Amino acid sequence: MQQRIVIVGAGQAGAQAVATLRAEGFDGAITMVGDEPFAPYQRPPLSKAYLMGTMERERLFLKPESFYAQADCELILGVAATRIDRAGKTVTLNDGRSLAYDKLLLATGSRVRKVTCPGADLPGVHYLRDIADVDALRDVFAPGRRLAVVGGGYIGLEVAAVAVKRGLDVTVFEALDRLMARAVSPPVSAFYEQAHREAGVKLLLNTSVEGFEGRDRVEAVRAGGQLHPADIALVGIGILPNMELAKDAGLDCGDGIVVDLNAMCPADASVFAAGDCTRHIGREGVEIRLECVQNAIDQARHAALAMVGKPKPYREVPWFWSDQYDLKLQIAGLARPGDAIVVRGEPAARKFAAFHLRDGVVAAVEAVNAAPEYLVGRRLIADGASVTPQRLADTAIPMKNIV
Amino acid sequence: MPKIKYVEHNGKEHEVEVPAGWSVMEGAVKNLIPGIDADCGGACACATCHVYVDAAWIGKLPPKADMEETMLDFAQDLEPTSRLSCQIKVTPELDGLVVRTPKSQH
Repeated sequence: MQQRIVIVGAGQAGAQAVATLRAEGFDGAITMVGDEPFAPYQRPPLSKAYLMGTMERERLFLKPESFYAQADCELILGVAATRIDRAGKTVTLNDGRSLAYDKLLLATGSRVRKVTCPGADLPGVHYLRDIADVDALRDVFAPGRRLAVVGGGYIGLEVAAVAVKRGLDVTVFEALDRLMARAVSPPVSAFYEQAHREAGVKLLLNTSVEGFEGRDRVEAVRAGGQLHPADIALVGIGILPNMELAKDAGLDCGDGIVVDLNAMCPADASVFAAGDCTRHIGREGVEIRLECVQNAIDQARHAALAMVGKPKPYREVPWFWSDQYDLKLQIAGLARPGDAIVVRGEPAARKFAAFHLRDGVVAAVEAVNAAPEYLVGRRLIADGASVTPQRLADTAIPMKNIV
Repeated sequence: MPKIKYVEHNGKEHEVEVPAGWSVMEGAVKNLIPGIDADCGGACACATCHVYVDAAWIGKLPPKADMEETMLDFAQDLEPTSRLSCQIKVTPELDGLVVRTPKSQH
């Protein structure tokens, strides 16, 4: 009988899985279910060009509609999966339908972490995760308006950069003592702190938001014991993996759906998971959950390979990027506290990189407007190469010849 | 709408219309032309949308920005007319542009 693969989640990972399954010759039925009304689209531009208004919605979509027709992939959109019956191998949808599967891929992604402080439900408090969120935010983005950004991470800072360029009056509230503390090292945080201040963004570090105040909508943010007037608030304090479906089905979940190097759930050889929703043993042997396009693409590819009987362990080097102003931040590898940090180039020139060495081996690189450092760094990390701090810091040696 | 011709490594040709303002990479991806991965979606972050621009056209393109230049430096099988297709913006003047895709993007 014809094999049936069901993919729950119509995002970057889901779309990649369809492409790889067909490229690898899978000739069974593929059905992809997504709870948003859209076919898979790119999320990274949402907080950048799409918010700015320089990229139309049509350009966000990862594949044209004809792709799904050609791939003979049934798309069920605007419908959520509510239950997995692993014994009966079916997925129940909230429109009453039930889909039978031989293999199931959970590509359920993640959702925003919400604030729970007083006033959190006031109109005017925004989040940013999907097209609808940005459409709502764009409607209220007007020059002169006061925007309070809660959280100095990627999302908050990308929005701050767009907003200040659009003429809004922007204040960022960050609970920790530096920006993007979860994603970058102190020298890079310090550089971005200065870049945002120079662009006219007010940054309040070590400042926790205690609540939102206003009669019918948000009018002020209470933070650090003070009231800060605001017309709009944007909260970007991280995401949570969508793993409830897996958990309810008795699959092992920690902070994410636990999968092995073939993106398979260890308890059930018919169930795979890929992307933001998963937790896997990273290439350094430590359990991690990655929130990035690279992981969605690569893990989905490995899941698809395993599903068609061509398993290949997932060991790719993670990579990330962020665009703020004219600054392109590109990161490869995962830094850890205790790494020796070597800065190459001059942050003042808005072009530099921070390399992370662990026992002399290149473990991560954070590059700002420094593509060679990023690209060579990524290769060095994959190869487990050792480079001395002296060589890495010496800009007279081109990256190409660094080893 | 400007027409762009994409030629696969194996010689297979695809002539498609691409809206002005889009990138040459988007034109390929949205028309399911094989050979351009564009993992990062056009952010000039991954160097997986490398193309060879037809010699007759290379002089008609705006020059490379620094970022593209350095990213390209690390692409496989570089040729003098290599470009990152996510950085080539389609304009009415580029009607008829011909690009070839490389053997591999990785």
